[in-house]
Amino acid sequence: MTWETVIGLEVHTQLATKTKIFSGASTEFGAAPNTQACAIDLAMPGTLPVLNAEAVRMAVMFGVAIDAEIGLISSFDRKNYFYPDLPKGYQTTQLDRPIVLAGTVDIQLGDGSTKTVRIHHAHLEEDAGKSLHEDFHGMSGIDLNRAGTPLIEIVSEPDMNSPEEAVAFAKKLHALVVSIGICDGEMAQGSMRFDVNVSVRKKGEELGTRTETKNLNSFRFMERAIVQEVERQIDLIEDGGKVKQETRLYDGDTHTARSMRSKEEANDYRYFPCPDLLPVEVDQAYVDAVRATLPELPEARRARFVDSFGLSAYDASVLCDEPSTAAYFETVASHCGDAKLAANWVTGELAARLNSEEQLIQHCPVSAEQLAALIARIIDKTISNKMAREVFTAMWGGEGEPDAIIEARGLKQVSDSGAIEGMVDTVIANSTKQVDNYRNADEAKRPKMLGYFVGQIMKASKGQANPQQVNEVLLKKLEALL
Amino acid sequence: MHNLTLAELSAGLIAGKFSSVEVTQHFLARIQRLDGNYNSFITITEERALAQAAAADKLLAAGNAPALCGVPIAHKDIFCTDGVRTSCGSKMLDNFVPPYNATVVENLAAAGVVVLGKTNMDEFAMGSSNETSYYGPVKNPWNTDCVPGGSSGGSAAAVAARLTPAATATDTGGSIRQPAALCGISGLKPTYGRVSRWGMIAFASSLDQGGPMARSAEDLALMLNQMAGFDRRDSTSIEQEVPDYCAGLQQDIAGMTIGVPAEYFGEGLNPAIEQATRDALAELEKQGAKLKTISLPHSHLSVPAYYVIAPAEASANLSRFDGSRYGYRCENPVDLRDMYMRSRSEGFGEEVKRRILIGAYCLSAGYYDAYYNKAMQVRRLIKEDFVSAFKDVDMIAGPTCANPAFAFGAKSDDPVAMYLEDIYTIATNLAGLPGMSLPCGLVDDKPVGLQLIGNYFDEGGMLNVAHRYQQVSDWHSRCAPGID
Repeated sequence: MTWETVIGLEVHTQLATKTKIFSGASTEFGAAPNTQACAIDLAMPGTLPVLNAEAVRMAVMFGVAIDAEIGLISSFDRKNYFYPDLPKGYQTTQLDRPIVLAGTVDIQLGDGSTKTVRIHHAHLEEDAGKSLHEDFHGMSGIDLNRAGTPLIEIVSEPDMNSPEEAVAFAKKLHALVVSIGICDGEMAQGSMRFDVNVSVRKKGEELGTRTETKNLNSFRFMERAIVQEVERQIDLIEDGGKVKQETRLYDGDTHTARSMRSKEEANDYRYFPCPDLLPVEVDQAYVDAVRATLPELPEARRARFVDSFGLSAYDASVLCDEPSTAAYFETVASHCGDAKLAANWVTGELAARLNSEEQLIQHCPVSAEQLAALIARIIDKTISNKMAREVFTAMWGGEGEPDAIIEARGLKQVSDSGAIEGMVDTVIANSTKQVDNYRNADEAKRPKMLGYFVGQIMKASKGQANPQQVNEVLLKKLEALL
Repeated sequence: MHNLTLAELSAGLIAGKFSSVEVTQHFLARIQRLDGNYNSFITITEERALAQAAAADKLLAAGNAPALCGVPIAHKDIFCTDGVRTSCGSKMLDNFVPPYNATVVENLAAAGVVVLGKTNMDEFAMGSSNETSYYGPVKNPWNTDCVPGGSSGGSAAAVAARLTPAATATDTGGSIRQPAALCGISGLKPTYGRVSRWGMIAFASSLDQGGPMARSAEDLALMLNQMAGFDRRDSTSIEQEVPDYCAGLQQDIAGMTIGVPAEYFGEGLNPAIEQATRDALAELEKQGAKLKTISLPHSHLSVPAYYVIAPAEASANLSRFDGSRYGYRCENPVDLRDMYMRSRSEGFGEEVKRRILIGAYCLSAGYYDAYYNKAMQVRRLIKEDFVSAFKDVDMIAGPTCANPAFAFGAKSDDPVAMYLEDIYTIATNLAGLPGMSLPCGLVDDKPVGLQLIGNYFDEGGMLNVAHRYQQVSDWHSRCAPGID
């Protein structure tokens, strides 16, 4: 029996405006609790919201980036519920007339194919504050710094059929909103949060009952949550049960989800049009003007990396997943002049180090210019790849510029042909048995036997001989003995 | 001195006949002496008032005084006043001291007024009798057994009792015009968007509008000149130039067409009030205005539509009063739900709770279309009635209320009877039109009001008609018995 998974995403994306969506308070992350909440954010009596034009621009920017129709007249509604992190007792959001209408996002699948995920709409709304449950002796603290931070909630159609597709879509959205400058993309700070709608069905059947899992703030959590939920639903059905429509809450600490409320217990939000805000009207000229400021999108960048840098589609894709990585790579490539080597370093050594140190490329201790300078020393044969890795580690540790490290550690590669010839001669002279074997071996087996000699020469040079030169000289000398 | 109008006080201050400190002390003393009879003030800001008066006197002496420099007024306790408790007539906000001023308060302060205090009101402006105030009912200076009307009953009574020459007020369904009529004073509700709502505690945001109460049209013009104007802090305020409302007061009204809606003279209207209204209209006719009977066919739907829309908005507007950040919090809550439920149950009065429940019900899943949506459709029809009427007439006139002031308790147990108090005033709020009430007679020794309804932004036209009427009538300058 084959099951098909159907996944739709709702993505809460914080917009990178300086001030809040309806007030002049700062949206900066990390300030002391409640220092960035003004009278409006605190819902003091008599205060009124005024829409931040920059939030509108950013939402429209997202719309044109996914080739969506823009809601030329959009409007705000009140979603009513009581919660301490929601000061007004309602969230101001867009229900019937969102600012961004249907659009599409293409994702690349593992097999190299492309899939189009439809976006149902994206709407503007305000973020809530945060409840803090630690250090309050059984009580809860409320931090309203985040209250009123502008969000766009991006709602996809249920077009994804596996956790991998969902993650690819989420990463694609992430790359997109960061590259067009409307979101800082800091997942750990909650700048992008996912709710996933999951259902399963047997191939060809009607859509199954879906559940919504909330509060996923990393790609990894999202993937795990979907995998678990799909398994849970299939097990349930195969055991003769039925999936209940419900909202589930994922706990990132225990990696488990639990039912938060069933459909029957769902809140009645009593939406109605917000009388404090006029409908938002934008005209086509405004939309066109925003479109004109659209920077290069990840998709176009990927194509350019293949075309003008000669990268493989895979490398280009990996680099463009994360706009900061793509930008970093471009700087390295342009400074060192060898795009392929730059790509190898950025997707290899650098990515591995960032990963193991759980560091974001934005905060990478080795700048793109420094990495380029290091790669330049590989290109001009000053150091070998292996030495470069050592230098890189030193640079990561804050030891400074690559040239200074090479100098200080005496890592200069020996490329002096006289010195190399001398070392080759010595090794050949001391290895009569191996030379005899070499001479007597089949021609086809000989290249494999070179390793021993190279190893001895590198040992003699303390690893500093240029391996390529060693190979050339050694081969020449051994050929002469045949 | 308290018999002088705002215009006369202002002129006297500029002429140096008396100082602002003298005027202020006079009114403060009067409030101290008499307000026990009316309960029209919730808070008296004596110290601040005297400091403001002293500052005003300096400006007056220097000869560069702003428009209303040194003139005392009072603010309805719905307008936030920086550093002064703003209760909105509720236990919920009994301890609330805003750290900011309403735009109306700010604008009037810039014009140099002295603020005597904050006036009593129905709780959260919900009421037509001032009986829902946490601070006790206000008594009508014309008959202290009777209500002053509401919700701006404190402002109306204070002006009628000559405790202040003018006061600010708000009108969501008649809360300026009905108490003005019942207390024999003049009151104006501007076009929606004319006066900023920033800092004015919201009841029903799409209907609320601040306006002045005073004894004459001229005084209203002086107040409105300072209160009106665009405010970027209120997205619904309208960016349109504010004319000098005093400049147009004297204009000839000959040739003007005044529409008289047949629906405002139907069953339920006290015959004596009908007579007083018709007499007033005849007076306008004498001055050359043409009267034309018109129809506003959806008038009978305005009260039902209003009592869906206003409570719906209120149910959300009042959600912020949850006991967590300011205002009343119940004693020893055991958990969050307990804190919400008890803070709100204990902090709000009965009428407020009734309206929150009505509003929440009307917005609930399954009821939204039948109530809220339907009410919004009716609202559009009511607005269209007016728009089409104003194609043929320049102004609309009729009674403000169907009856004069009623006795305390007479309608307290019958919310619907209370809601019908605003039967002639509510439609203008639904349409967003300006309206005003001015005294036009006495019925059973109690004042009754003539209501004028202007076209959008025609506050000046209404004030002009009212002023012309007040030039040939003396109802507005009559004083309640027992008030010297």
